Amino acid sequence: MKELRYAFTIASKDVLTEIRTREVLSSVVIFAVLVIIIFNFAFGSSEQAAGLVAPGILWVTFAFTGILSLNRSFIMEKEEDCIEGLMVAPLSREAVYLGKFFGNTFFILLIQLIVIPIFSLLFNISFFNLELVTITILATLGFASVGTLFAAMAVNTRARELVLPVLFFPVITPVLIAAVNASAQVLDGQSFGAISQWMGVMGAFDVIFIVASYLIFSFIIEE
Amino acid sequence: MINSIEVKSLCRNFGSFKALQDVSLVVKPGETLALFGHNGAGKTTLLKVMSTVMKPSSGSVEYGGRDIHKDSGIVRANLGVISHRSFLYSSLTAYDNLVFYSKLYGVVDREKRIKQLLSSLGLKARMYDKVGTYSRGMQQKLSIARALLHQPGIVLMDEPESGLDNKASESLWKLLSEEQRTVVFTHHNLEKGFAAADRVMILSRGKVFFAPDGKCSLAELQDAYSASLETA
Repeated sequence: MKELRYAFTIASKDVLTEIRTREVLSSVVIFAVLVIIIFNFAFGSSEQAAGLVAPGILWVTFAFTGILSLNRSFIMEKEEDCIEGLMVAPLSREAVYLGKFFGNTFFILLIQLIVIPIFSLLFNISFFNLELVTITILATLGFASVGTLFAAMAVNTRARELVLPVLFFPVITPVLIAAVNASAQVLDGQSFGAISQWMGVMGAFDVIFIVASYLIFSFIIEE
Repeated sequence: MINSIEVKSLCRNFGSFKALQDVSLVVKPGETLALFGHNGAGKTTLLKVMSTVMKPSSGSVEYGGRDIHKDSGIVRANLGVISHRSFLYSSLTAYDNLVFYSKLYGVVDREKRIKQLLSSLGLKARMYDKVGTYSRGMQQKLSIARALLHQPGIVLMDEPESGLDNKASESLWKLLSEEQRTVVFTHHNLEKGFAAADRVMILSRGKVFFAPDGKCSLAELQDAYSASLETA
């Protein structure tokens, strides 16, 4: 319970920092919209094209924007060695992981909340139904769990902007494939039952990587 | 309150490089120990291990008989750390930063404590300004406020006076002396560090080079320091 309280304190600090600076959200949303517009020009917005490529475009966009947001989350801790400030405070390293994980999940979901209506408008697709919301949440948890861990590793390297994608994309591939396929099936009119196997893949991935990252995190920031 | 320090045979290696070799020290409650040494002598590494940021390769650190890793929560709640870097978020205001840290340390009556510290350090007028707009000295003062927020029994300071003017340096030592605190600090200036400390220690190449039991003279310290530079 105490650990969760610390985690929410860290996550709220991240949200407050973003409110004060509006650095990440504005640039990431602009980037996401640009990517979607470029894809829209490339593939067109006909019903046939949209049905075929829209899920892929959406999740590739989220993967790219996720990277930008995740990278920033630990850069702010590295400036003035704030991460050490957290390490000398009376909370466990795991609470720090949870705090950053909650913050990253919140930001990625917020970005999606802004980007999805624009995407729906450009591709003429309604993305607001229970199945797609569930897919989005499950995939985001997967992105944030792995991304938070790798962002903590990458921030100590010189080429962190390169290191994070190199570590992140291979590991996140199962979630990306599951999210794209499940979204495509939902847009094709299929229900929860039909996409349950993809949901299972994402759910299992989330549980495994949240637990594993939670346990590994202390070794990452101490070394 | 936990306020005694015992470091036993501490070693810390970075690959094949031995940053700390068999360092032992005892600091009694309320005592102030100054650490000196040439660049790369191991002062910062020692403070990082003592502040639980870094794990030792071998050896142990105990505060009030409690191991810093086994009882890390209790130990850290009684520890204040001032580093080369401020541990402050530049995009947040001074007040935001102190509220954040006071929540982590469970400071009771945090509003009062924050305003009291900011007044003592002359920062109250700018408490709602972003830390990024502060000068180096002001950031260091705020870093002191952050470290003393929870009224720790033990304070570890790495070059605490860097960037501080004379008045701010006086405020720092005055704040530290308000309660019985055990302090370990590093200083690049032998005279100033000597004046502020009860005892001194010199590290050289990761080893304890000079550690008199009681108070030595400034001349003895200067001689020992010169000798340590020759071995560096």
